[in-house]
Amino acid sequence: MKEKKSLNLLAPFESFVDKFKVPLSILVGAFLIAVPFLGASRVAMRNLVMIFLYAMLGMGLNVLLGYVGQVSLGHAGFYAIGAYTSAILTTTYGWSFWTGAIAGACVAALIGFLLGLPTLRLSGTYLTIVTLGFGEIVLMVLRQWESVTNGNYGIRSIPVPELFGWELTLSNGGFYWLILFLSTVTAIACYTIKNSNAGRTLIAIKEDELAATMMGIKTTRYKILAFVVSAFITGLAGAYYSVINNGYIEPNNFVFNYSIQILSVVIVGGMGTIRGMYFGSALLMMFPQVFRFLNQWRFVIYGLLLVLMMQFRPQGALGWQSTLPYKLPRRAKKALAEREKAKTVQ
Amino acid sequence: MALLQAKEITMQFGGLLAVDSVSFHVDKGEIVSLIGPNGAGKTTVFNMLTGVYEITSGAIEFEGKEIHRKTPQEIVDMGISRTFQNLRLFGKMRVIENVLVGTHIRTKYNFFDGLLRTPRYQKEEAEKTLKAIDILESIGLGDKINELASNLPYGDQRKVEIARAIATDAKLILLDEPAAGMNPAESEELLRFIRELRDKGYTIILIEHDMGVVMNISDRIYVLDHGKMIANGLPREIANNPQVIEAYLGGKREK
Repeated sequence: MKEKKSLNLLAPFESFVDKFKVPLSILVGAFLIAVPFLGASRVAMRNLVMIFLYAMLGMGLNVLLGYVGQVSLGHAGFYAIGAYTSAILTTTYGWSFWTGAIAGACVAALIGFLLGLPTLRLSGTYLTIVTLGFGEIVLMVLRQWESVTNGNYGIRSIPVPELFGWELTLSNGGFYWLILFLSTVTAIACYTIKNSNAGRTLIAIKEDELAATMMGIKTTRYKILAFVVSAFITGLAGAYYSVINNGYIEPNNFVFNYSIQILSVVIVGGMGTIRGMYFGSALLMMFPQVFRFLNQWRFVIYGLLLVLMMQFRPQGALGWQSTLPYKLPRRAKKALAEREKAKTVQ
Repeated sequence: MALLQAKEITMQFGGLLAVDSVSFHVDKGEIVSLIGPNGAGKTTVFNMLTGVYEITSGAIEFEGKEIHRKTPQEIVDMGISRTFQNLRLFGKMRVIENVLVGTHIRTKYNFFDGLLRTPRYQKEEAEKTLKAIDILESIGLGDKINELASNLPYGDQRKVEIARAIATDAKLILLDEPAAGMNPAESEELLRFIRELRDKGYTIILIEHDMGVVMNISDRIYVLDHGKMIANGLPREIANNPQVIEAYLGGKREK
């Protein structure tokens, strides 16, 4: 019953948003940019930063899980590679955050490529186990390769990013604006990928791999592409994380739990969607905070919610199918309009 | 020279001889039907032609080039495309997106063109979209391009599969029971569409159970039974062939 009602509301809601998308995005964008001036507490700002960070991590995994349908339980590994690469380059070699972050993302993408090359021929479950192992191996390397990673002591005094001499911190809003920027760029990139040949191809592979093959799609190549893009985004998020954690990262910041947390964001929010990543992240980050009064029980409730979710809404909270018509490329729309005109003239 | 030539192709799965040195050819611009009782090996032949199975022995030539050692992707690229007996649409994608996936193999712009929406992406994406719309309109699905493929009625889903196969720019289209699940009016319309395809220069191989459809549309017919080719010829020859009647009815017809 409830499902029906929400469906009825969805079409007008979507067409409303679509109709006013320019003023709405200006409004929401202006509000989001203005948030640091609203006098929120440090804790609130920190929470907000984490929400956007996990939305970005969710979008990274979403490319793999939501588009091409491969489950990864080792994304904390890519997260760690991005963070450590960037942290080592900025502390030991004096690189700026910006170049360090790009390098971190690229190294994560490269490792993703090397990992994907042999493993993506494996089907679903086996791949998942490999990624699980990958996450643990990364953790082991971080703990044991002391000359580079400083082992369990972690890396200290990671400098904060600087932009034309202005130091970005949590209290001056810099951290917030930076992740707002990074997650927005990521969201736009995911959107354009999804609505291009590559994105369609990935979703086709998820929907029916044999049929995709018979359309001439080189499925392994596209799975590797998804793995690389996913690792790149996750590595970039890792580089960001390395600077906001009071200038300090250690292997414990990248344990298995974080892989699960990223996975939960994607599943709760709605696999394959971008809006769902923001929502899933907000829900997951805020839940333990809001329900603090439940003490130890909050995680029981949290687990229960996840189970209920899987049972009754497996597509995720915001995982609805769009009711809007297919968005035609601009030039195609123009050509169709001209055709229509020619027809009426005749 | 024949467009497609299968020379004594054999498919063996362990002890099971699914297709036993079958030979046939298809000329350009023909509609050729492959018929036979259930389990005769018709779909297996399609899987051999499209590279899903690696044939045990024999040879397949398409436009004079051997294709039986090529991957399915290479075979699609050469111009052979197919539909599936049990529908294999991309259910959660829209109808137009399904057809656009068919254009994948002819899409030249790369990942970064799509990511950054370069002029190359914009030009080609528009071309491909228009092409997909044209194909869908020609098959009578012009008003359904926005629907999710899985929401369509069965007959329409079959049409989307055909549209998707056409979108690969195939010269030879293999249709695996295209009329299954269609009502008489729908299959009549489908027949007209398949003929139109032939008139446009496509060559078609058809697997079909509906004898009305087969006899009506085929230029030539091959009959498979238990993996062996038992007859071939014009529709009216096949209809009167005692071996074919025996294969279908399981015994000689009383006269």
